[in-house]
Amino acid sequence: MAKRAAPEVNAGSMADIAFLLLIFFLVTTTMEKDSGINRKLPPIEESDEEVIIKQKNIFTVLLNNRDQLLVEDELMELKDLKTAAIEFLDNGGDGSCTYCNGKRNPKSSDNPDKAIISLKNERKTSYGMYISVQNELVAAYNVLRNKRAQAQFGTSFIEMQKNYKDVNWIGNKVKLKEKIDQIKIEYPQKLSEVQ
Amino acid sequence: MSKFKKKKGGGLPAINTASLPDIVFMLLFFFMVATVMRENTLMIENKLPSASEVEKLEKKNLVMYIYIGKPSRNYKKKYGTEARIQLNDNLREVSDIRAFIEAERADKREEEIPYLITSLKVDKDANMGIVGDVKQELRKVNALKINYAAIKGDVSRN
Repeated sequence: MAKRAAPEVNAGSMADIAFLLLIFFLVTTTMEKDSGINRKLPPIEESDEEVIIKQKNIFTVLLNNRDQLLVEDELMELKDLKTAAIEFLDNGGDGSCTYCNGKRNPKSSDNPDKAIISLKNERKTSYGMYISVQNELVAAYNVLRNKRAQAQFGTSFIEMQKNYKDVNWIGNKVKLKEKIDQIKIEYPQKLSEVQ
Repeated sequence: MSKFKKKKGGGLPAINTASLPDIVFMLLFFFMVATVMRENTLMIENKLPSASEVEKLEKKNLVMYIYIGKPSRNYKKKYGTEARIQLNDNLREVSDIRAFIEAERADKREEEIPYLITSLKVDKDANMGIVGDVKQELRKVNALKINYAAIKGDVSRN
């Protein structure tokens, strides 16, 4: 009896399956890169001398154990926090801040350098809410810095920071760093946390 | 003798599948390059909060991770349901953080130590109490640069 070759399996659709898999994974994978909000903790050695800060230069944010927000002794929704913080930081009450666009309300902060945001939370506050509040406050600073950078250098602050980190960016990094630092001095991030 | 043989009737010509291994290898290489290996097996629940103002963490080798969250299902019996701290592969107490940071520092070159960042990967349902304790402990060991790990997204999802 003649030997019969085994019939070849048609593998033509295999490529389709492979592509299907490829597309599936392409859609589902998230290239997770660690990201988050950078913060710096205050050093532990406390100086004994009390620094006197005027009440009007402090923007108090209180988070209670039911995740409610008390801003400057008033209940507030999370979505209003950013605007309130911007208003406070950009107030420029003593007139020394030439680039501020605030209302120059004498009852609010003197200038961005003196303005301090104080954040206090309870032990039972949820971490999600805490991060939301942190995020809104950082966002407030970023909005002001972006605006200032746009007016001064024609590009946003976030863009400048991104370029500074980007190794492929063509341009003078020393100058860029100077610009970034200038903006950082004009709107310093003064966020203190009460323990 | 005819020069032109009559074509054998019917039957599809076999498709050349020589490129199939290429495709599979492409897949393989793609995932080999793109996937990040988890360094620690998580014993806790770890749903990160979302935030819109996140910055990326560069230089992976200079990051120390502290995980905080409720023990996951398999460990509930053993460790209870209160939020716990995970360092490397074990659930630890707040007091162990000092040793952990010092061990991490000992691993690094001396000139790298000032650039070390502690990444706090905290479950969004955890309480601030434990996070505050950890922060206080980090201040004590002078590890002041921290990063609250968060996913880029809208805060309304928290």
